[in-house]
Amino acid sequence: MATVRLAPILRSYAGNSKQVTAQGSTLAQVLSDLYQRYPALKEQLQQGEELSRYINVYVNDQDVRYLQKLDTPVGPNDTVILLPAMAGGR
Amino acid sequence: MGDASREILRRARQQVPEWSPAQVQEHLARQKEAGSGNQEDIVLVDVREKHEWNEGHIPGAVHVPRGFLELQIEEAIPDKSKPVVLYCAGGVRSLIAGRTLQQMGYENVISMAGGFGQWKNSGYNFVQPRTLSDAQTRRYSRHLLIPEVGEAGQFKLLDSRVLLIGAGGLGSPAAYYLAAAGVGTLGIIDADVVDDSNLQRQILHNTERIGQYKAESARETLKALNPDVNVITYIERLDESNVRRIIADYDVILDGTDNFPTRYLLNDAAIIENKPVVHGSVFRFEGQVTVFKPYDGPCYRCLYPEPPPPALAPSCAEAGVLGVLPGVIGLLQAVETIKLLLNLGDPLVGRLLTYDGLAGEFTELRLFRDPKCPACGENAHPEDLPTYEEVCALPARS
Repeated sequence: MATVRLAPILRSYAGNSKQVTAQGSTLAQVLSDLYQRYPALKEQLQQGEELSRYINVYVNDQDVRYLQKLDTPVGPNDTVILLPAMAGGR
Repeated sequence: MGDASREILRRARQQVPEWSPAQVQEHLARQKEAGSGNQEDIVLVDVREKHEWNEGHIPGAVHVPRGFLELQIEEAIPDKSKPVVLYCAGGVRSLIAGRTLQQMGYENVISMAGGFGQWKNSGYNFVQPRTLSDAQTRRYSRHLLIPEVGEAGQFKLLDSRVLLIGAGGLGSPAAYYLAAAGVGTLGIIDADVVDDSNLQRQILHNTERIGQYKAESARETLKALNPDVNVITYIERLDESNVRRIIADYDVILDGTDNFPTRYLLNDAAIIENKPVVHGSVFRFEGQVTVFKPYDGPCYRCLYPEPPPPALAPSCAEAGVLGVLPGVIGLLQAVETIKLLLNLGDPLVGRLLTYDGLAGEFTELRLFRDPKCPACGENAHPEDLPTYEEVCALPARS
């Protein structure tokens, strides 16, 4: 079961959890599993086929855009981080 | 001179060979022609006191005052087979110091007869270093003690120019410490006035400043902390008409803004003007820091090609923030700024440092330049990219 860490702004869409586990051997599968439990997350992260452009996804601290995107393999001990941009500066 | 000192001098004269300034000058000239790195190259050591050194010394000399000779010479000149030419003001201290070096195992020690006085009278070259005032030497003493900073580093800071976009939650702590460090010129662009809700975190300001322009309030605080710092205020919003003109004057830009349009605008201008931007952002108990160095690492658009919808990116006014959080992030930005100015350590280029205050955890994510980035990739056109003003929740504020 991979670990998925959510940036603070996303937590309200996932029952206020900072960290959840999800099944799947690719990023697409892991996200799919996540959306099953937290449908509101899908709205924010992936309305269509592709991931929303304002969310960055990291598998083990590497940006998946430079790996295999949604096909990036995810192992049972891997961590997936979902991170949208933050506006706040003051 | 008493009997004992005469005796010390007599013995030193016996043991330590002397060269005239002309001989030293000849050696140095030959060395210069031959290029560096030869075994017979002499090392010049000035054993006078600091104030004498400051008034002028032989170019290329190493300064090891006689008071610290035994303690510092081996670090200054680890190779004891190298020819070492010592000099002082008149040629006496250098003889005695020469004896000490021989006793410490230095094989080839020479003293310059007549010292720096005769060197100058012979019309040879000397340099006068730039110096810190006594007040500066005291103020920055903790910097001067750090080998990686020292006087040279402090001069660099005093000559540096940093622009802070925003004198708010991030800009306040950052500006405070940059001023304390002696960054010579701080530009602050902020069109807003101080409001009591700011005082939970914007520590440059205080209750008496409510209603004053933030940039001016900032200047008052910073000048009181460090009169060495020149604070330039811009009471205006950053926009297409002024961004490139303003940032061109600075070495590093510190992003303390709170909205996406300004971040995109700043990013594009910084790429065009080739200025590094130290980025920080916060939300409630968390924050992020990274350094956007044009063409070296990713830019803001590589990371976030598009802003999130308003619901996913509330400002602090909408979502709230623990006051000290921008303090932490702003200070991390100040550290990164100083690293860039002094060219020290590994700035967070290509690395996003995230801080989770509640967990007490720092994580690092790796960022990459996007080869297709419209601002800094191939076929880039940073001059005419959208800043998404129409998309974001709050009107753009700088």
